Parts: sequence; C-alpha cells; structure tokens
Amino acid sequence: MRPEFPFSAIVGQEEMKLALICAAIDPGLGGVLIFGHRGTGKSTVVRAISALLPRIRTVDGCPYNCDPEAPFNHCGACGERDKANGKAALKSRLRPVPVVDLPLGATEDRIVGALDLERALTAGEKSFEPGLLARANRGFLYIDEVNLLEDHLVDLLLDVAASGENIVEREGLSVRHPARFVLIGSGNPEEGELRPQLLDRYGLSVEVVTPRDIETRVEVVARRDAYEQDPAGFVASWKSRESRLRGKIKRARERLADVAVPKASLRRTTELCLKLGCDGLRGELTVMRAARALASFENAAEVDDQHLARVAAPALRHRLRRNPLDETGSGTRVARAVEELFAE
Amino acid sequence: MSEPATQANPDRWKLPALACALFAVDPAGLQGVVLRAGPGPVRDCWLRQLRELLPAGTPWRRMPAHIRDDRLLGGLDLSATLRAGRPVVEPGLLAESHGGVLLIAMAERLEAATAARLATALDRGEVAVERAGVSSRAPARLGMIALDEGIGEEEAAPVSLIDRFAICLQLDGIRLEDTGAPSADKSAIAAARQRLAGVRISHELIAALCATAARLGIDSPRVAALAVRAARVAAALQGDEQAAEDHAALAAQLVFACRAAQLPEAEQEAEAEEEPQAPEEAPESGEAEAEPQAPEETDDISDPKALRDQVLEAARAAIPPDLLARLRHANQRANSARSSARSLARRRPAKRGRRIGVRPGEPGAGNVLNLVETLRTAAPWQALRKTRHKAGAASRSPAASAPVVSLRRDDFRINRYQQRSATTTVFAVDASGSAALHRLAEAKGAVELLLAESYQRRDQVALVAFRGQVAELLLPPTRSLVRAKRSLAGLPGGGGTPLAAGIHLALETALGIRRKGETPVLIFLTDGRANVALDGEPDRPRAGDEALAAARAVRAEEVATLLVDTSPRPRQVARQLAEAMAAAYLALPHAGAEALSGAARAAGSGPASRRQPA
Repeated sequence: MRPEFPFSAIVGQEEMKLALICAAIDPGLGGVLIFGHRGTGKSTVVRAISALLPRIRTVDGCPYNCDPEAPFNHCGACGERDKANGKAALKSRLRPVPVVDLPLGATEDRIVGALDLERALTAGEKSFEPGLLARANRGFLYIDEVNLLEDHLVDLLLDVAASGENIVEREGLSVRHPARFVLIGSGNPEEGELRPQLLDRYGLSVEVVTPRDIETRVEVVARRDAYEQDPAGFVASWKSRESRLRGKIKRARERLADVAVPKASLRRTTELCLKLGCDGLRGELTVMRAARALASFENAAEVDDQHLARVAAPALRHRLRRNPLDETGSGTRVARAVEELFAE
Repeated sequence: MSEPATQANPDRWKLPALACALFAVDPAGLQGVVLRAGPGPVRDCWLRQLRELLPAGTPWRRMPAHIRDDRLLGGLDLSATLRAGRPVVEPGLLAESHGGVLLIAMAERLEAATAARLATALDRGEVAVERAGVSSRAPARLGMIALDEGIGEEEAAPVSLIDRFAICLQLDGIRLEDTGAPSADKSAIAAARQRLAGVRISHELIAALCATAARLGIDSPRVAALAVRAARVAAALQGDEQAAEDHAALAAQLVFACRAAQLPEAEQEAEAEEEPQAPEEAPESGEAEAEPQAPEETDDISDPKALRDQVLEAARAAIPPDLLARLRHANQRANSARSSARSLARRRPAKRGRRIGVRPGEPGAGNVLNLVETLRTAAPWQALRKTRHKAGAASRSPAASAPVVSLRRDDFRINRYQQRSATTTVFAVDASGSAALHRLAEAKGAVELLLAESYQRRDQVALVAFRGQVAELLLPPTRSLVRAKRSLAGLPGGGGTPLAAGIHLALETALGIRRKGETPVLIFLTDGRANVALDGEPDRPRAGDEALAAARAVRAEEVATLLVDTSPRPRQVARQLAEAMAAAYLALPHAGAEALSGAARAAGSGPASRRQPA
C-alpha cells in the first residue's frame, strides 16, 4: 500500500485542518463533520491523520487497542490479564493511531462485531469476532459519504461514539468493550442532507470549498501530481514538516490541562451562544474546549478572544436553530455574530 | 477536430482514437473514460480497439448498473463456504478488475450509492469489504469506462464518479464510416507504459492547465490533476521525457472540453460555434493535437500567457457544439440539472426497503436467504449433529460421509426488510393573476412552511406551477430544500388560470412517483377559479368544466390530496373542486401555520385524506 498524502502538504483548507487538529488534541470534543464539494481533499486530510499523530501504546494482542496504563478502561480480556498479572504492566507495543475507514456497504455485524463464523463452523466454538468499532478504539472512525449511510447505522455509530462503549447482544453473545473514538464524517451536501438531529451530535463541523484563486489551485494540483508520481519520495520530502507538526500536537496534548480558561472568555462564549440562539449547553462547551485545544496548540497560557473567534464557526455553525429555507450560510451568521460581539 | 461539425469524416475519429491510446497506456492513472454514446457499432469499435491495445491478459469486466454489493465489493462464496465448512470469500468485480478495465453498463442509471463505491475504489486503489461476516481488503487499481447512454443533459452518469474520470468522449455523431485505425499500436503502448514513470512536467504547464480549467468554469481541482496526468501520458505515448504544450493541449481537449460549465469569452463565442474562428495560433494548435506524432519545435514557450491561451484554445475547439447551445440557453438549469442531488432522490432503488434484520423462515417466494446468519444459527449445533449423523449413518449405510456443514430447515434465516415509505409531496401552486393579486405571497409562505415540514420528515418535494396558458413542472421530486426554495422564489405571478392543465400535470407527477413505489401527496394552492381551457383558450365555462373533470381523475386515482383555498373570501367553487377530488379542504384565511401543517400531515397519512372535511 502506498503511503498516505502528508497532512502538512495539504494546501489551504485551514479550517478543516484546524478542526482535526483540535479533535486530535482533545478527543473529547466530539466528532468532526466535514461537508464540502467534490475534490476538495476531504478524504485525503482525514486519512493523513494517522501518519501525523504520535503513535500510541497498546496491549500486545488486544483487539481493542487497550492502553496498558489505563486499567480502568480495559476490555474484558485485558481486565482478566490485569488480575493475573497483579501490579506488573501488560506487554505492550507502539502502533500508529488507528484511523478506521468505514467502507460503504458495511453491514451491522461487521461494525459492532458478531459471532466468529469460522471458529463456530470449524471448531464449534462460540466466540466474538470484534468489528470495526473495536478496531477504532482510541483512534478515529471515518465515514466518507456519511449522508449515504443507512440511518440505522448512523444512529448506532453516534450512540457508541457518545457512550464510549460498544454493547453487543446478538447470537447468544453478550459482549461489551471500550469503543472511544473520534467520529469523522464527510459528505457532499449536493448528494443529500443529513438529518438535523444528527448534526448536533458532532462536536465540530466544517465546510470546505474549492480554492478560488489560481495560484492555490496550481499548488494543489502540482503537489498532488508530485505525490502520484512518486508517493514515497514525496512523503519523505515532507517528513521534517510532519514531525514538527507532530511534536506540536504532542506538546499541546500534554499541556492541555494546564491551559486556563478565564471567566471573561466563558462569559464571551455564553454571550455568543445566546446571540446566536443555540439550544443547550453543548455549543458553549464545545467552543470552550476547542478554544482551549487551540490555545494549547499555539502554546498560549490561557484562552483569549482570538482563539474563541477562530473556533466559533466550526463549533457552532451546525447548532444554529436552522431555518432550512434561509440560504445565508450558517458559517456567515456565526462570523457576523463574532464580529459584532468582539468589536465591543 | 478543430471544426467538429464540418470537417471531413475521418477526422472525427482522431480524438476518440487518441483517447483510446492514452487510456490504454494508463487506465488506472487516468481512472476512467465517460463514453457518451448510444449502443452501436461505433461504440463497439472504440471498445474493441481499446481492448486490442491493452496487454494480453488485462482484466476486462462488465458491470451492470444495478449490481449488488456482494458482487461489486465481494462477499461470501456460498457453495465454497458450505463445501469447506468455513467462510470463503469471493472477490467482487472491483477486485477482479484489478490492473485492468471495468465497463459500467448504462452508467446514466447508476445509483448514487453504487457510484460512491466505485469512486472510493478509484481513490483508494483498493476495495475494502466489511459486510456479512466478511472483512477483507483487496487491491483494485483499475480504469473504468462509463457507458453513458443518457439522452440530454438530464440523464447522465453521476457527477461524483465522472469527476474522477480523466477522459470524456462524445461518440454520438460519429458514423461507422468515420472510424479508422487506432492511433498507436500495441508496441507503442507497451513502450509508453515503460516510459510513463519518468515523464516530467513543468510547473508552467501545470499552471496553464489549471488556468484553463478555471476559465472554463471547472471548479474541481481533481479534474485539473487528471489533465496533468493525461498530458504526461500523451508525452509518454509520443516518446518524450518531458510533457510539452501540445500534450497539454490534447489533455485539455480530452479532459476539459465536455465539462466546460462556462465559456471563456462569452461574447461572440456563442455565435461562432460552427466555426470557432480562433485568433492566430488556434489553427496551429489544432494541427498539433491532430497529430501529436508531429515533432514539436516549441519545446519551451517563454511566455506563460501564450501557453495558457494555446491550451485554452485547444480545449475550446473541442467543446461539443451542443454544449455551447446548452450553455447559452439554460446555463443555470444545466448546472442544477447536473447536480446529482436529484439523481440521488430519483434513482434510489425501486427498493424492497432496507434490511432491518433476519427472521427464521424459508427462502423462496421472494424471501432472500441470509447465508451468514443461517450459518451462524447452525454453527453451535455442528458438533452435536455430527455425532448424531455418525450414529444414524452407521445404522443405515456406513459409506455416507457426514456433510461438512449440516444445515436443517429451521436454521434458515431470511432477510427482513422495512419498506421505506418515502413520501413525496407535490405542490401545485396557482400563480395566476387572480391568485397573485390576492395571495400569491401568502401561498408561497404556506408552501415554505410545508416545505420545512417535509424537510424534517425527510420527504421529497416537487413543485408544479400553473399560470398563463400552461402548467409547468418547476421542480421534479427532490430532497434539496434550497432548490425548492429557489424555484419558488423565482415563480412569477399573473396571467390566466389554466387550472385543468395544472391538475393534470400534478396528477401525472404524482402517478410517476407512485410508479416508483413511493407515496405521493398532492397539495393544491388555488382559488379554484379556472378561466383558461386545456387548449390555452380563455374560456371560463369550459375551463371550469375541464377543471372539475381533471379533479375527478384525481379522485379516481385515489391520491391523497389537500386543497388550500387561497382566495380572500373562501368560495363555493374551490370547495366543489375539493369535493370532486375527494381532497381535504382548507381555507387559507383561517389557516394558521399549525392548521396548515396539520392538514398536510393528515392528507399524507392515508385514510384521513378520504374523509370529507366538515
């Protein structure tokens, strides 16, 4: 398999990159929804994430990528091994952050996991064959063309993403295992809209558009062409920039808990949400968390207005009480509100 | 080819022949060809030439438009699985086509979901399967050929897929006599394949291709990237190490021409479609593309502007004349029609509903066996059954060997489907003078309200308007609210009331929806006062009679209907019309937003609609 297109080589699309970086720094932000036109590099950017992020330590042989240092979060098997091991840590290995693609046409049994058919038929054993949700634990689950996915599967995924746990009750199996992942959905609005109830479940939402100016486009095409021509060489030539960005994300993660959110910023956030008429507290929480991730990424000691302004649109645009007939993009509405509020 | 309509015949084959050779060099890199052509000897000739140019043993598969996932992506091999007693995966068409070519038959009928699967395979170069007990990935680097037999721009292969295909060819208008020999032979193709990886392309040339795409209104960067690839392939085919401007010109012709969404200079070009009198270098470039074998002397063009112009000129020369006409007439429409939103809405499979699980039962009689679930059910019993079988067999005939998997009738699991009761609401809006004067704005408001409702229920909407002499389907069934809103906002008022024509068209639309297995709901917004007869003549009595007759046709078809009376003071005439249709009746003046949506819901929910309003 050829290496993925490097994250840092993606031209423009700053908002999309920022949203993914924030989600990588603080996985608790909730998923990211990427809506945009054809050929804007939606899938490319998501698939580039795996190579970008620092590798994670997992229990050797665990199908759920359990973290050896977080025994409270272990799957059944690792829990047993913890007990047997006593205080000693489990054998572990480093591996890239899983970015699991949910292919179109995937069926429920493969997503949640099911009875292992092969073992059942050959050995007559009843055992659980983990599905994609298991594979995605501690990583990302990516659904391209999320608007083409069957509704019941979308519901299922959102439910698991919110609870962090996959509970399987089928074929006489009763299994539960950790399934914490960042859900990333992408789609083209021209190919069908997403149910409004689902929008709110995503932490961030970005809209990507085709770059307008020729220079940017030429750069996009030229880099793409260079990559197609020699994937390995192209990736190698971006290696140092990738590792610089990786280091930045890693430090941002470590620092995240120390970034202060001043009272004034919280008040600003609340004012903004009130002004836009967002229901519930999820909007405020997301703005706050995303701003903190951003501040941490930029090595700031505390969140300021400029951080809030930059994450406001991705954190709020999909939560506005939507008049489906209003053609003004919700991103514009957020931007306007931010401008008015912060001008004061 | 610089003068598509008037040139001598064999010239018409040059571009297709070149396209054929280019694609034969690099099917996976160019990703695909759209062949806009009816079935016939010309298309067969092109395909045959392509096949002959490909190296021996190159996979060549054909995919029907309505293929199912297990054959497209891969699935469990039924007989092998039963024989072996363990799951055996059977590769799908995509994996089988790896390294070769996949033909997509009747691409204009392709469903959005299938198109998305094909597009993913192109993007990834592999096919991943996570379905029904199978988890596998297989390489799938291939080129696709979409056989697009669509008529007019309404009917075309899904843009999401076409956007990834480098070459776009229009074979209609070429006769069998025009076809000639391929423009390269097998050894040239093989040599070009060898050379391709080493071909370089300058930044200026990439810039020129991007600029051309932009001037032609082609937004997707992906298309420009494909043109770059095509230029490279053209250079390789010609034996060059460095792509030159005539290669870029050829690429622009093959990749951009058919997709042009706007004309570079809109002023006189529209008139000049028959003979594009190009300034200065155009004929030259025309020559160059016609014979890429010709040695190129202008290896580096110093002036990037001249370079851009040349590439643009080449692309423009190859723009099909009907595209020009189309752009001139209905620029806006052509764009919206190309959007695949509608194709999604319209081409959702005439489905048996979505699978919601399995239940015990026997296959046959329309029931589909779910093999995986059946095997899962049988699996726990295998050990037990085998011992039993042995015991039984010993007493009967010792020779009979136990089957690998022993299935019983009560193991059978069949798929359960849930009928997706998609509802499409057809709004028939009276935009005539009498209605417009009073309440067209309010009617529009009411429709918007109902639209928002439909949106929440994920229903589709369609919009019929009638005014002046005719009724018109402004918006075929769609799920896109923005489009509905737009066509409603653009609806002018005034003129007579061709009520009967409006009812007929609305009913026709509703019946079309029903034929697709979905449920139509009709909502009329009118004051009920017809004054234009079906033949367009202003004749009040006749128009009234015809409207009533049309209304009775609605009743006969038993379509759920709501009639909203838009006149300021509700009149008998609208009420009579509603009765003739067996429609629920609602007078707008008394209808608050809630009454309106409530009535619409009631109309949609079946039996309630048959009730006469009090």
